[in-house]
Formats: sequence, structure tokens, C-alpha cells
Amino acid sequence: MSLITVSGLSISHGDHQALSNVDLNIDKGEIVTIVGPNGSGKTTLLRCIIGALRPNAGEVKRAAGLRIGYVPQSLSIDQTLPLRVERFLSLPRRRAPGDIAAALVQAGAAGLADRQMTGLSGGQFQRVLLARALLENPDLLILDEPTTGLDQPGSADLYAQIEQVRRETGAAILMVSHELHVVMSASDRVICLNGHVCCHGTPEIVASAPEYRALFGTGTHGALALYRHEHDHHHDHENCDHDHTHDHEAHTHA
Amino acid sequence: MLDDFLVRALLAGIGVALAAAPLGCFVVWRRMAYFGDATAHAAILGVALSLAFGTSVFVGALAVALVMALTVSTLSGRGYAMDTLLGVLAHSALAFGLVAVSFLQGVRLDLMSYLFGDILAVGKGDLAVIWSGVALVIGLMAWRWQGLLTATLNPDLAYASGIDPKREQMVLTLGLALVVAVAIKVVGALLIVALLIIPAASARALARSPESMAFGAAGIGAASAMGGLWASYHYDTPAGPSIVCVAAIIFAFSNLWARIGLTR
Repeated sequence: MSLITVSGLSISHGDHQALSNVDLNIDKGEIVTIVGPNGSGKTTLLRCIIGALRPNAGEVKRAAGLRIGYVPQSLSIDQTLPLRVERFLSLPRRRAPGDIAAALVQAGAAGLADRQMTGLSGGQFQRVLLARALLENPDLLILDEPTTGLDQPGSADLYAQIEQVRRETGAAILMVSHELHVVMSASDRVICLNGHVCCHGTPEIVASAPEYRALFGTGTHGALALYRHEHDHHHDHENCDHDHTHDHEAHTHA
Repeated sequence: MLDDFLVRALLAGIGVALAAAPLGCFVVWRRMAYFGDATAHAAILGVALSLAFGTSVFVGALAVALVMALTVSTLSGRGYAMDTLLGVLAHSALAFGLVAVSFLQGVRLDLMSYLFGDILAVGKGDLAVIWSGVALVIGLMAWRWQGLLTATLNPDLAYASGIDPKREQMVLTLGLALVVAVAIKVVGALLIVALLIIPAASARALARSPESMAFGAAGIGAASAMGGLWASYHYDTPAGPSIVCVAAIIFAFSNLWARIGLTR
């Protein structure tokens, strides 16, 4: 039984078809990463899964009693809102101080409970968001570009933290990321999205798929050098859908 | 005790300050000041309509304020920038209200009291209406507090926790219309937003949590009401504007205090 089953999902923002006919499932305990260029519908897909957007067609099925911990891409807290970390973690449900302390430790943010949210650094802020998601005691953690605004060591640290969380809690992880090399090595499955699912499978399969190369170019050699099976060329693209005719050059920053 | 007009004025002022405090915090956090203005200015149209049809001013102001707030909520994000849209709606509503009032005979003198409030003329019936509205607003805020705060931080965070941020927005809209309707007698349509924002902003400088900011705003608002009425009584100044002046002075001092505290 999958935690989440997305089938035939289509959604449009006005005239723009953001996603068409997306199928996806997340199983217990796996790490699934969605990659794709800007404007490819990654965040839209996550927002559908958490229930913030209603699809035009298709459906998102959740396992009964599924608990989701969500880490949004950005959270701007107005300077006029005084909010300590501890208080933030008690939204919207009140949490016991012991649980809060434990979640902060697990997210690598121990000792921040008494700090003001607006005074945190980027890395501390992301860890506090992670701690809040962990307080849901989630079966599935959803993270939307969790390393936005972090430098390279900072994001490597955060990914290590996320993997540790998976080991400790057994929660499945669905995340969106730009950092292909890190993501590719840490994921069980990768979904390459560009308005539709271009290709999906293990990192090896996706990295060698022509659809993926068309999107991210061969210029990712440097990045792919870090990827775990660089010399291991798999050529079976059984999971890849070859009949797509998108003009990928046209995708610029949205 | 309630036979003394000053006591009634004090109770009315303090009541409105208490209801405006938690709501004012959200107006500040969500940058809804203009939204408050639109709602308050629309209330003048409501006043004109209720005078024309002989209904209660409270009901008329509440109804039109609510319609305006709902209109703004619905129209937001459709073409015009929010501040442009609100600028159009707020001032048009005020203008239509003023024109509508001019059609009514014999109420021209009354108009000033709705623009700037007439707290010294609050009767026992007004007090009952004001405090019912106040209790309703405070109850609503307390009941939805956690959800409102979550939705204020981030709508998606709210959705993921099973909270509909649109519903929370409606709660604020309703609260705002209620506060406008009860405050119109106290400070008048033009100064309602000042009573929402200034105490909340003053409390910000000293607060460490959302709750302490709301309680601080309530205290500062109530103190402004008392100080303003005292000044009005002794110096024969208009009561509503005097209350806002006291709030503004407290704002200046609380910020000064916070600055000094920081540099020490």
C-alpha cells in the first residue's frame, strides 16, 4: 500500500497548463526526489499533494490516517510578528516542551527554542521548519527545495540531516530539489518533471535518460561526477517515456 | 454609575480597545491596514442607508462593512494591485456615503459624529450593542487564534495542517466588520484604523510573543481611551481624536523605550 498515489493529475493556472496527466506513488520509507527546470510544476505538484490546490483532473489518494510533515519552500515572517522558535513549533497544535526539545535535537537545531524566528540564519531557519514537520510524527515528509538560500556546505549538512531523520523515524521523504548531484546520490527514486513526468526511476536510470539530458544538458558533467555510479552506464530506459516533443530550450526562469 | 456619561464613554472606549487589540495585531502582521480603511469608510455608506431606511446604524454599518470586506477579499489578486484596488474601493465608498447622506434631510449635523465619533453621547443601549460586539470579536479571535496565526505565517503550512487559510481570512473579515460597526460611535469611521494599528504597533516594540503583543495592545488601547477622555474632559478637545492622539504618543514612547533598552 502506497502512502500517496497520484493518478492522472492535471492542473492549470489560467491558460497555462502546469501539470498534465501526472502519475506518482510514494511507498513507505523511501526517498523520492522531484527534479525539473524552473516552471516545470514541481511546487504545484507538492501543493496538490498537501491539499492546497485542487486538480482539474485526476486525484491524489492518501493512505488512511497518513500524517504528513510539510516544509515549505519559503516562509517570510513579518518583522512585526514577535515569534519565538518554541511558540512557532506549537502552531497550529500545542506541543509539550519535551516534544519540542526532542524535535529540535532531531532536526539539528538544539538550543534554538528561545530565539526569535526573525533572528535565525538561513540554515537554522530551515532546521526549525524541519523540526516543526517532525512534530507531526509524520509517515511522509514533504520538502520543497529545503536548501534554498543555503551555501554548499550548508545544504550538504541539511541533506545529511534529512537522511538521518529518515533512518531514525522511518518516514518516507518526498522532496523537490535543484541540486542534482546531491539529490541523485541520496534518493531511492528520482522523478524528472517538466509539466509531465519525463522519466522516472532509480538515479542511474534517470541520469542516463535522454529526456533528462535534454532538460539539464550535458553541461552537468561536473555535477554528475559526484553521482554514485558515474561509470556504470545503464541503458535500459524501460521507465522512460520517449514520445515527448517539448521544446526544452524555451523553458527559462519563471 | 452608568448614568454618568463619562462612565459610559469610558466603558465604550475600553470595550472597543479590547476588541481592536487582537484584530489590530493581525492587521499589522498581515499588512491589512488599507483593507481596514476600506471596510471602515464603507461603513459611512452603511450609516447613510440606515438613516434613510430608519434601521439601526449598527446593523447598517455592519452589513455594508461586511459586503465591502467580502468584495475586497473576492477581487484581490484579479488584475489590480491590492493597494490600488483598496484605494479605489475605500474612497469611492466614502464618497458615495457622503453623497448619500446629503440626500437625507436634517442629518447633516449628525454626519460629523459618524466621521469622528461621538463617544460622549453613548447611551445604555449603545453600550449593550458595543459590548456584545466586543465579546463576539474576542471570542472569535480566541477560538481561531492558533489557526489564524498559522495561516498568517504561510497558507501552505496551514493547508498541510488541515486548516483552510481562506476560512481564517473570512474570520478576520467578519471580525473587522464587527469592530468597525461598534467603533464608529466611539472614534468614527475615519479613525477606526488608527485604533486598530497604533496600539498593536506600540505593543510590538515591547512584545516577545504574539500573545503578549495582543495583550499589550489591549492595555495600550484601554489606556489611550482613558487618557483621551481625560484630556477631552479637561481641555475640551474632541474625544475620538484625543484618544488617537494619546495612542500615538504612547507609540512614540514605546519605540523610544525599546531603542534605549536595545542600546543598553
